[in-house]
Amino acid sequence: MLEIKNLQVKLEEEDKQILKGVDLTVEPGKVHAIMGPNGSGKSTLSYVLSGKDGYEVTGGEATLEGEDILEMEPEERAAAGLFLAFQYPVEIPGVGNMTFLRTAVNAQRKARGQEEMSSTEFLKVVREKAKSLKIDAEMLKRPVNVGFSGGEKKRNEILQMAMLEPKMCILDETDSGLDVDAMKLVADGVNALRGEGRSFLVITHYQRLLDHIKPDVVHIMSNGRIIKTGGPELALEVEHNGYADLIEEQA
Amino acid sequence: MALPQVKQTATDARLAALSLPEGGWSRPAREAALARVQAMGLPGARDEYWKYTRPDTLTAVEPTSAAVLEVGDEAPVFGARDRLKVVFVDGVFSAEESDDLALEGLTIERLAEASDIHWAKDLYGTLEANGQTPVERPLAALNTAFATDGLLIRVTGKVAKPVHLLYRHESDSSDAILHHVVKVEEGGDVTLLESGPAAARFNKVMEVDVADGAGFHHVRVQGRDHERRAATHIFGRLGTESTLKTFTLTVNGVLTRNEAVIELTGDDAAVHVAGACMGDGDFHHDDTVFITHDAVNCESRQIFKKVLRNGATGVFQGKILVKPDAQKTDGYQISQSLLLDEDSQFLAKPELEIYADDVACSHGSTSGAIDEEGLFYLRARGVPRGIAEDLLTIAFIAEAVQEVEDESIQEEINELVAAWLGRRRD
Ligand SMILES: Nc1ncnc2c1ncn2[C@@H]1O[C@H](COP(=O)(O)OP(=O)(O)OP(=O)(O)O)[C@@H](O)[C@H]1O
Ligand SMILES: [Mg+2]
Repeated sequence: MLEIKNLQVKLEEEDKQILKGVDLTVEPGKVHAIMGPNGSGKSTLSYVLSGKDGYEVTGGEATLEGEDILEMEPEERAAAGLFLAFQYPVEIPGVGNMTFLRTAVNAQRKARGQEEMSSTEFLKVVREKAKSLKIDAEMLKRPVNVGFSGGEKKRNEILQMAMLEPKMCILDETDSGLDVDAMKLVADGVNALRGEGRSFLVITHYQRLLDHIKPDVVHIMSNGRIIKTGGPELALEVEHNGYADLIEEQA
Repeated sequence: MALPQVKQTATDARLAALSLPEGGWSRPAREAALARVQAMGLPGARDEYWKYTRPDTLTAVEPTSAAVLEVGDEAPVFGARDRLKVVFVDGVFSAEESDDLALEGLTIERLAEASDIHWAKDLYGTLEANGQTPVERPLAALNTAFATDGLLIRVTGKVAKPVHLLYRHESDSSDAILHHVVKVEEGGDVTLLESGPAAARFNKVMEVDVADGAGFHHVRVQGRDHERRAATHIFGRLGTESTLKTFTLTVNGVLTRNEAVIELTGDDAAVHVAGACMGDGDFHHDDTVFITHDAVNCESRQIFKKVLRNGATGVFQGKILVKPDAQKTDGYQISQSLLLDEDSQFLAKPELEIYADDVACSHGSTSGAIDEEGLFYLRARGVPRGIAEDLLTIAFIAEAVQEVEDESIQEEINELVAAWLGRRRD
C-alpha cells in the first residue's frame, strides 16, 4: 500500500535535516504503529507524505499503491486515498463543518470520476457516523474545529476519515488529549474502518491506544530514522523501559 | 474664510455646470445646501478626509466615461425575491420598469414629483446638514442641492416585503445624482435593497430617520461595472430602541467611496454598519464611517472586510464618537483586509473619541494573506486549491455578511462572491 524508501527530508527555510533515510512499508490491510521520542520526526514524516509546504525531499521515494505521491498536490494525494489525522487539527473560522465535509467528499468523488453525493444522502451518512463518534448536531454546524475541545477536534478528525473512506490512514497522535471513553470511541471508529484492504499508520506515544487498535507491526523512530521494527511486544517494551536502551542499542 | 485657490476654482467650475432644480418645497433646502457647498468647497487632494482617496474624478465637471458591463444572462441580483421593484436608469426613475409604487405599511413618492407640502420637507437635507460637523462632506451637500431624482419613503407599519431599488447603467457618460429620504415612523419596520451600478458616475445620498422602536434594514450590492465611480452617503438618525442595519457588497468599480454617518439620539438603539468588498486590479474602495453616540446604552458595530488582489486598494476610515452623556455605550469596530497578493494595499484609520466614562469600545484592524495552515488542511482533505481558497475567502468576509438579518440574503451574497471568485479562477 504505502512504500517509503530511504526518505530524506530537510527544512526548506533552514539547513536542517529532519528525516535521514526512512524505510517503511505498510502492506494492504495492515496496521503499523510508529513510536518515538519527541522531535524524532514522526509528524514531519506525516506532513511530507501528505504534501505540506516547507519541506524539501532530498532523497528517497514514497509511493501509494505504486504511484509516486511526492510529486502530487496535497489534494491529489487525498484523492488517491491518503488521509492524515492531524496532531493539531486546524481551526477554520467562517467555514461550517458540514460545508467543509461535503466539499471534501464531493471533491474527492469528482477527482475519482464518481458522482457527487446528494445532499440528502450526505446528511444521512454524516449524521449516522457523527452519532457513533458522539459528535452532536450542534458541533457539525459550527465552523471547522472552532471552539472544539482538544478531544472533540480529534473525534472530528476521525469523522472526516470515516466520511472520506481513505485507503491509507495516518493518525498522528490522535490519542493525545482524549479521555478514556473518547479513546475507546476513536478506536472503535478506526476498527470499523479496518479491513477491506485499508491500511493504517498510527503514530502514538502510548501503549493504551494500541490496546484498542491492535497493530501488526511497531516501528521505533529516533532522530529521523526507523531504528527498530517488531511486533506489538515492542510497544510494551517501550512502555516499560522507555527509548534509552533502544537508542543505545542502535548507536 | 476664503477657500484655497485650487479648491475655489474646482468648486466654481463644477457649480457652474449644474443648475439648481426648481424643487418646489425642497427649494429652500437646496439653496441652503448650495450655500454649504460654496462655503466648504468640494473635496480636494489636500483634505485630510480625502488622504487615501483621490476625489478629483468625483468632483470634475464631466464624469469619466465608463463602459457598461455586459453580464449576459446572469440572474439579476435579488431578482428571485418577492419585492417591490423600483428602477432607475442612469439615475432617472423608470415608471415602465418599476412596480406600482404601492405597498401596505408605506408610501413612496418620487422626489421629482412630490406635492407642494410634504412630510419630507423637515428631513430633506437636514440629516445631511447635521452630518457636516465635525467633518465636512461637501459631496453630500452638493447632492442635496442638485439631486434630480430619488424616492421619499415613509414607513408607518411593518412592511411585509422589501423595497428594491434597482439601478441600471446604460450610458457610458451618465452622471447621476440621486437623493432618497426614508422616514420610518414609530413601530415601523422595512427592508430596503439596492443593486446595480447606477451610472458612469453616481452621487447618492440617503437620509434615514428611524423613530422610536422602529427598524430599518438595508442591503446593497453595488454594481459590477469595472469603470463606474460612486460616492454615496447614508445619513442615519436613530430614536429610542430603534435599529438600523446596513450591509454593502461591492465587487468591482474603479472608485467607490461609501460614507455612513449615523447618530444615535435615543437610548437603547443599535446601529450596525457592515461591508464586504472584492477588488481586482484597478479598484479603489473606501469605507468612511462616523458614528456618534449621543444617548445611553446604545450599541454600534462597524464590520468591514476587504478582499484585494492585483494591485487593488482598500481604505477604511472609521470613527466612534461617544458624547459625554452617552454612558453604557457598546461600540465595536473591525476592519480587515485579505490581501491575495503583494501588490494590493489596505489603508486603515480607525478612531475612537470618547467623552463618557462608562463605555465599552473596542476596535481592531488587520491585514493578512490567506491562512496557509487552513489552506493545507482543506487540501489535505481533497479540496482543490482554488476551491479551498474560495472557501477561506468567503469565510473571511463571513463576519460582515452575517450582519444581514435575512439568511436567504446572506446566501445570495455568498453566491455572488463565489461567482466573482469563480470568474477569476477560470
Ligand atoms: N517547520 C519547522 N521549523 C523548524 N523546525 C522544525 C519544523 N518542523 C519540524 N521541525 C523540527 O524537526 C524535528 C522533528 O519534528 P516533528 O514534529 O516531526 O517531531 P515528532 O516526532 O512529531 O515529535 P512529537 O512527538 O513531539 O510530536 C523537531 O526537532 C522539530 O523542532
Ligand atoms: Mg508530532
